[in-house]
Amino acid sequence: MASYILRRFIGSVVVMWAVATLVFFMLRLVPGDPIAAMLADAGGPEEMEAMHRRLGLDRALVVQYGIWFWNMLQGDLGSSIYGSRIPVTQIIVEAIPRTLSLSLLAFVIAMVIAVPAGILSATRRNTLTDNTVSFFAFLGLSMPDFWLAILLIIVFAANLQWLPAIGYTPIDEGLWEWFRHLILPAIAIGTAFSAIIARMIRSSLLEVLSSDYMRTARSKGLTPWMLMWGHALPNAMIPVITVMGIAFALLISGAVVVENVFAIKGLGRVLIEGILNRDYPVVQGAVLVVSAIFVFSNLLVDLLYGVIDPRIRLH
Amino acid sequence: MTDISTPHDTAAPPKRRSRLMSTLAADRKAQAGLAVLVLFLLAGIFAPLLAQFDPNEMTLDMMGGLSWQHPLGTDDLGRDLLSRILYGTRVSLFIGFATVALALVIGVTLGLVAGYFGGWVDMVIMRYIDLQWAFPNFIIAVYLVAVFGTGLLNVIVAISLAFVDDFARIARSMTLTLREEQYIDAARVLGFSKARTLLIHVMPNAVAPIIVQATVSVSYAILGEASLSFLGLGVDANTPTWGLILADGRGFITRAWWLGVFPGLAIMLVVLSINFIGDWLRDALDVRQQV
Repeated sequence: MASYILRRFIGSVVVMWAVATLVFFMLRLVPGDPIAAMLADAGGPEEMEAMHRRLGLDRALVVQYGIWFWNMLQGDLGSSIYGSRIPVTQIIVEAIPRTLSLSLLAFVIAMVIAVPAGILSATRRNTLTDNTVSFFAFLGLSMPDFWLAILLIIVFAANLQWLPAIGYTPIDEGLWEWFRHLILPAIAIGTAFSAIIARMIRSSLLEVLSSDYMRTARSKGLTPWMLMWGHALPNAMIPVITVMGIAFALLISGAVVVENVFAIKGLGRVLIEGILNRDYPVVQGAVLVVSAIFVFSNLLVDLLYGVIDPRIRLH
Repeated sequence: MTDISTPHDTAAPPKRRSRLMSTLAADRKAQAGLAVLVLFLLAGIFAPLLAQFDPNEMTLDMMGGLSWQHPLGTDDLGRDLLSRILYGTRVSLFIGFATVALALVIGVTLGLVAGYFGGWVDMVIMRYIDLQWAFPNFIIAVYLVAVFGTGLLNVIVAISLAFVDDFARIARSMTLTLREEQYIDAARVLGFSKARTLLIHVMPNAVAPIIVQATVSVSYAILGEASLSFLGLGVDANTPTWGLILADGRGFITRAWWLGVFPGLAIMLVVLSINFIGDWLRDALDVRQQV
């Protein structure tokens, strides 16, 4: 197991190095020089040159890459090219808890809806319940997350005035305030994910329910409750765990868009603002951190799967 | 590897077509999906005839509610929402199909080259494809827009490059699988010409998973464009597209709910229909769901 973990970890580090290198060179080698375009707003030729020198853009590309990479290893992602030149690392460290809170809550809400929905539609196959679940699953998959966010604001913030339409409160200023601010964006992000998981649980559970060991368990005289929670569900969840990688993709992509609707300054808002302000150190840093979260959470899912199903480790 | 062949596969094109039609007859969702998609296609094509107003024409009737003159109301600049959504249909559907066409051509070429030549060509291409595969398409598209800049063409390029890995993987795995299939060997042993083997036995089996992937990709592309435009990273501000109309109306939804509801409804209906069609094709063409 230890060698498996080590192998997978090194693999993920290599992926991160490749991503960092790609992100660095793409911004500099693409025709039209994106960085020059970003700096074009900075002012006249002298300001441009000063800016170039300050950012180290007058040196050879390989040297720039070396310096940038060395700094990055030490946790220094450069600083914003505007105003007070806030270090990118600081911006990102402030943003991470917001994005993680949001994704985590979205995940919990999605699972709370998806697991019972999946069980209901599998045990009552082809009934009205099953069809209703399937209909809402299709709807959830087809709704753009930012539109769902707008609908939720119209209903719960503008009309009923139950919940705030924008903003974020840190969890140490009160659990309730934190929750109140995050619930709407979390629903907006979690819905599509919930739909996918409900559908997966349904099909996986149907397969398990028709298996031989379930027949044996039934003939032993186990209660329906024991059958479901003791035997069927744990086995049905294994394939569901494999798609958790997709879950992270959905939750992170969702957060990038939805944070912008609710003015929550998480990683997504930082990234999009960076692009709109043409602040390339911020864009570079945000893309790297989002990628790192993604790569290492995928690694975690794979390792978890290796624990659950030892056959995986052999490959 | 996805094994998409059935053991006694003799499905020549005519038979496949009849299977498509017979499953369609039983599939209400697919029928509804096709009907809605055709309606939107027609609405897009005939937008200039159907729209009562120029999509960018401002009137003094600002944020007017639903009326006979403006069935879906007007926005903060007095522009007719229905006309804007009709014109938006053109842009959104065009981007959806153009993006997938581009991704399909690039991706399938890469996949075929990798699978056919093998060796270091395969290794280089697949290393890159695997790298891209590890990231959400939308994040890749956002970064590519940051690099290339915004605008219609750049958005199409960004989204299609983000989709390339999906097609490349399918094309490569099908090339590898088909090379080893027994029925291909059988066809060869029976003395069929290469052309006949390829056209009648390889192609129908190779095309099915790509058709299914292309179909669902259209819906992802439409969602992707809408998200990018909504964030201000999409098409120019003067092009009416669903995502941009929503972004424009976002500040006024507390006073004019229609601005927040109808453009999103259009996106959802189109994406839902394509998902229904995709499900039907997946069953009818017997393609295993890819995880």
